[in-house]
Amino acid sequence: MRCFSLLSAVCAVALTGLALVEVAPARADDMVTIVIKEHRFDPAEVKITANKRVTLLVDNQDATSEEFESGEMKVEKIVGGRKQIKVMVGPLKPGRYPFFGEFHEATAQGAVIAE
Amino acid sequence: MLASLIIVFREVLEAGLIVGIVLAATQGVVGRGRWVALGIAAGIVGSCIVAAFADGISSLFADTGQELFNAGVLLVAVVMLAWHNAWMAQHGRELARDMKAVGRAVKSGEKSLAALAIVIGVAVLREGSEVVLFLTGILASEEGGLATVAAGGLGGMALGALVSVLLYAGLVQIPTRHLFATTTWLLTLLAAGMASTAVNFLAQAGILMSGGTVLWDTSGFLRDNSLIGQALHIMVGYTDRPTEAQLVAYVAVVAGILLLTRWAARSVPRMVGAAE
Repeated sequence: MRCFSLLSAVCAVALTGLALVEVAPARADDMVTIVIKEHRFDPAEVKITANKRVTLLVDNQDATSEEFESGEMKVEKIVGGRKQIKVMVGPLKPGRYPFFGEFHEATAQGAVIAE
Repeated sequence: MLASLIIVFREVLEAGLIVGIVLAATQGVVGRGRWVALGIAAGIVGSCIVAAFADGISSLFADTGQELFNAGVLLVAVVMLAWHNAWMAQHGRELARDMKAVGRAVKSGEKSLAALAIVIGVAVLREGSEVVLFLTGILASEEGGLATVAAGGLGGMALGALVSVLLYAGLVQIPTRHLFATTTWLLTLLAAGMASTAVNFLAQAGILMSGGTVLWDTSGFLRDNSLIGQALHIMVGYTDRPTEAQLVAYVAVVAGILLLTRWAARSVPRMVGAAE
């Protein structure tokens, strides 16, 4: 009993951080496709509307997995070989937001330009 | 081969640092080796399962399965770390002062060890599934034969393990009486960092819509995907561009665990107090 109440106290504490911020469901948004081929992004630079939530469709046409990552956009998602993933970004302020493929960082480089 | 080595090294390092901290935190606790080994083994088995069903997981919940899975796994670890710290607050003094008392505490100690085994298990699960996906992907393609991939993967694993062992060796140099305080802090910050990463995954999934403003940018000073940045990211939750929601989660978890351990320490049974 003691352990149970301790555990629920811990759960409550862990969730406090989440409860403090407003939660809302995702909306349907604009979609931009980025293809991965031979460990390169095509197009390497995509333009999106600033201050709006945009979905990036990452289409991996290579047989190898890739991790689509960007510190600037705070995104990190694995896309399997010959698979697609959707990544929601933004709303982004106008500017250039580089992204890269973590598994093939030497060649897989790109950027989102919000304007 | 170099690519395999670097990727595997980074993933092993992430899980390895957590194992190192947990091992240091459980100095002198009977049966810790068994639980840690169990956590690692379960994590490796789980990694293969997660990697095998990666596409299925990813497509769950309107393509946010991967983010929700990551966030869920991290939050489980946060809860387990908080629980362990509370347990240590109740029994840590006993363990540090009188190793004979360990025998008495073993039964409840198992619960705390089980919590830490889960932390290790989910850490290995998260990083391990990335390794499996990466390596099977390389093997499926034409680039590089099995031998080079295996050499890179094993080399990366050995290097990651070596750095983790060095961290552990460094931590256990700390005198026992300070070691508990140090590792309790490390586990608290580890939990806070995990919570802030989990919040980021929830934001990425579109579940958390507010608090997305980046508060500051120290990427010019230390990028979080550099080696040192990554090590600090795992150990204390360093992020070069924290969002409001991440900071709130971080502070809330640190404060929450502190309050919880304080409360747990105060409710130590009289008997133990008398025995001191």
